[in-house]
Amino acid sequence: MQLSGGDILVQCLKAEGVELVFGYPGGSVLHIYDAFFKQQDENLRHILVRHEQGATHAADGYARATGKPGVVLVTSGPGATNAVTGIATAHMDSIPLVVITGQVPSPVIGSDAFQEVDATGITRPCCKHNFLVKRPEDIALTIKKAFYLATTGRPGPVVIDITKDATDPKVLVEFEYPKTIELRSYKPPEAGHSGQIQKALDLLVNAKRPMVYTGGGVILGNGSEELTKLVRNLGYPITSTLMGLGAYPGSDRQFLGMLGMHGTYESNMAMHECDALLAIGARFDDRVTGTIPEFCPYAKIVHIDIDPSSISKNVRVDVPIVGNVKSVLTEMLKLLPKTSKKIDKKSLDNWWQQIEEWRKVDCLRYDRNSDKIKPQYVIETLQGLLTDEAYITSDVGQHQMWAAQYYKFNKPNHWINSGGLGTMGFGMPAALGVKLAKPEDEVICITGEASIQMCIQELSTATQYRLPIKVVNLNNGYMGMVRQWQEFFYEGRYAMSYFDALPDFVKLAEAYGHIGMRIEKSADVEGALKEALAHKDRLVFMDFMTDPAANVYPMIMAGKGHNEMHLAPADRELA
Amino acid sequence: MRHIISLLLENESGALSRAANLFSARGYNIEALSVAPTNDDSVSRMTLVTSGTDDVIEQITKQLNKLVDVIRLVDLTESSHIEREMMLLKVKLPDSNAAAHLAQLTKIFRGTIIDASGSTYTVEVTGNGKKLDAFLDNMSANEIVEVVRSGPLGIGRGERALHI
Ligand SMILES: Cc1cc2nc3c(=O)[nH]c(=O)nc-3n(C[C@H](O)[C@H](O)[C@H](O)COP(=O)(O)OP(=O)(O)OC[C@H]3O[C@@H](n4cnc5c(N)ncnc54)[C@H](O)[C@@H]3O)c2cc1C
Ligand SMILES: Cc1ncc(C[n+]2csc(CCOP(=O)(O)OP(=O)(O)O)c2C)c(N)n1
Ligand SMILES: [Mg+2]
Repeated sequence: MQLSGGDILVQCLKAEGVELVFGYPGGSVLHIYDAFFKQQDENLRHILVRHEQGATHAADGYARATGKPGVVLVTSGPGATNAVTGIATAHMDSIPLVVITGQVPSPVIGSDAFQEVDATGITRPCCKHNFLVKRPEDIALTIKKAFYLATTGRPGPVVIDITKDATDPKVLVEFEYPKTIELRSYKPPEAGHSGQIQKALDLLVNAKRPMVYTGGGVILGNGSEELTKLVRNLGYPITSTLMGLGAYPGSDRQFLGMLGMHGTYESNMAMHECDALLAIGARFDDRVTGTIPEFCPYAKIVHIDIDPSSISKNVRVDVPIVGNVKSVLTEMLKLLPKTSKKIDKKSLDNWWQQIEEWRKVDCLRYDRNSDKIKPQYVIETLQGLLTDEAYITSDVGQHQMWAAQYYKFNKPNHWINSGGLGTMGFGMPAALGVKLAKPEDEVICITGEASIQMCIQELSTATQYRLPIKVVNLNNGYMGMVRQWQEFFYEGRYAMSYFDALPDFVKLAEAYGHIGMRIEKSADVEGALKEALAHKDRLVFMDFMTDPAANVYPMIMAGKGHNEMHLAPADRELA
Repeated sequence: MRHIISLLLENESGALSRAANLFSARGYNIEALSVAPTNDDSVSRMTLVTSGTDDVIEQITKQLNKLVDVIRLVDLTESSHIEREMMLLKVKLPDSNAAAHLAQLTKIFRGTIIDASGSTYTVEVTGNGKKLDAFLDNMSANEIVEVVRSGPLGIGRGERALHI
């Protein structure tokens, strides 16, 4: 079949089963947009965002909720640079995206042509891989490679920069979409080494104070079911990183809550005291480990990860297992009953007794009777009104931590936030991507008045595509997370963290065609949430005027170990 | 410790900068780097010299291996290997005594004088880095006009080979 590069591109996306493309047009991609216009059907829709950053976050939200790659199409120059934040966000959290950027015609590359930037150069350090395509003949194979790379091994964003002449409608070339692809330089691991797996089991079964620590890899590798089975069979306590929440049911007794800088007392103490640690699909991030010399000082560590470079990067481990979480856990489940030594019930009971003592500290307590709106209370009340099917996205700051701490995620892929890059502006466009993927399910964006303004323009995208997400704005008037650090480490000098001017969010929402609500009293929180959720087909923006003095606790300060957490002091007014 | 690492890369645009960028992006040392095509058009070979603790070197090799363009990699320092570096040296000599000294030195170091023009001479010397350093130590600083070094190339001894 003879087709133009633009038509080939659209055909390839269809062949990959792409349902949604998030994008924004411009000169270098006009041939592609024209091909889209002619070939668009109900199976392949283009979603027009209001800013290219929004496109990447929406595609990212779609990918996190579905496990399928998100697809983005933007023009050269400013289109590509606007997309960079979203590409880097996806890269840090290992989210599969295929981002197509237009490029100036190949004969003028390098001449500082109109809207030319070196898109492959700019994105090289913040994507899994990228390509520059200059000939229509190369489009199909490159797209095949891009989807393969984005979705296999440790997933990540792949960027394809396509010159305008490669999509010229007048140049027709032979088209056939490759059925399979193999790359000699890229062989993602699958099964783990069975000797290592047995060694890991022996170590775990012999432990007196075992602990399981899981991360985003369990969700990325679709290993939630196997994880839950294994942990239940073992009867061990389990904690999770911010990125792994929901992989193991958050309301289960064996789950101790998140660990790390803002993790629970019981999780962090159990990390500190454990004598064997099973780490699964987690990368020992600095927010998680605290100071390295104090990290799990008594433990032998097993680490399962698909990326060898994640293993022993920050913390040296004793039993490395390189492999896909799903197949390694399946193998563990198979070998566990055959392991000669049995778990020592008595030590395990003692260990649980100790953990229950830590639990009694009740580290997430807060004043539930306050007449100020406590952000924690909004989140707990919200969960009470939703089922486990609801998807929660968030932005970055205190509200993100409260969501992680107070919302009990019981299903994987339902908690969607930017952990690695910590990108403010992520939450709302991500929620739009999720809503497009899951139109039947409730999608809530928990945000702050600073974060929401970074991609507020996407409220207009929501109007155009009638996406009835709910926005929970925990409005404390401050960049709360920044203010908290200034309170702790800069003697309360709140430099540039307070907003002397904020928009009227209610009117703003209305201006975009949505419903806006302002909630000022604690007593009104539940009623407002109910009312908002009752608007099934409308976007509702809820502006909660929350206690500006609230801080996120527990907190591990820089340079401290897991056993040196600060717990919440008694309530106070902001000076 | 100093390590010499050889890699086979896909001969694609961007492959070289992907590998080189890694070092600045992750703060690794890089002392020398050379790349050239091989007998297979689709493959180029890169040799790089770096240094660091065992943990750092382990991360460097893992991170390089992770690059989609890297087909194969070997840390030559892990076993016995041969290293060679070429140096082209241009000197301007004050008199015939100095020229005689250069000729003698070049002979001792098994080099070749490959160009001469008036009192300016160009010498080619090949060997490991220390040998080239030693050659330079024998020249006085004000005689040296230009030094070009290829950076080390390395290959394993015996039957061990890095190929596809
Ligand atoms: C304001 C703020 C505060 C934060 N505070 C905390 C905190 O208190 N606690 C906390 O935990 N985090 C916190 N974070 C998040 C933190 O920055 C990191 O993003 C997070 O800890 C990393 O999670 P992870 O280790 O699960 O890694 P991810 O980034 O999710 O990485 C996944 C790992 O799994 C591996 N993997 C991927 N696929 C597979 C597969 N199929 N099989 C096996 N392995 C696989 C990958 O190679 C990688 O090593 C905070 C972030 C922000 C913005
Ligand atoms: C794009 C970007 N710029 C700056 C930061 C640094 N930062 C982290 S949290 C935060 C404040 C967020 O304020 P808000 O959205 O109101 O949330 P709150 O902490 O008040 O809940 C800032 C500025 C960031 N994470 N992302
Ligand atoms: Mg705020």
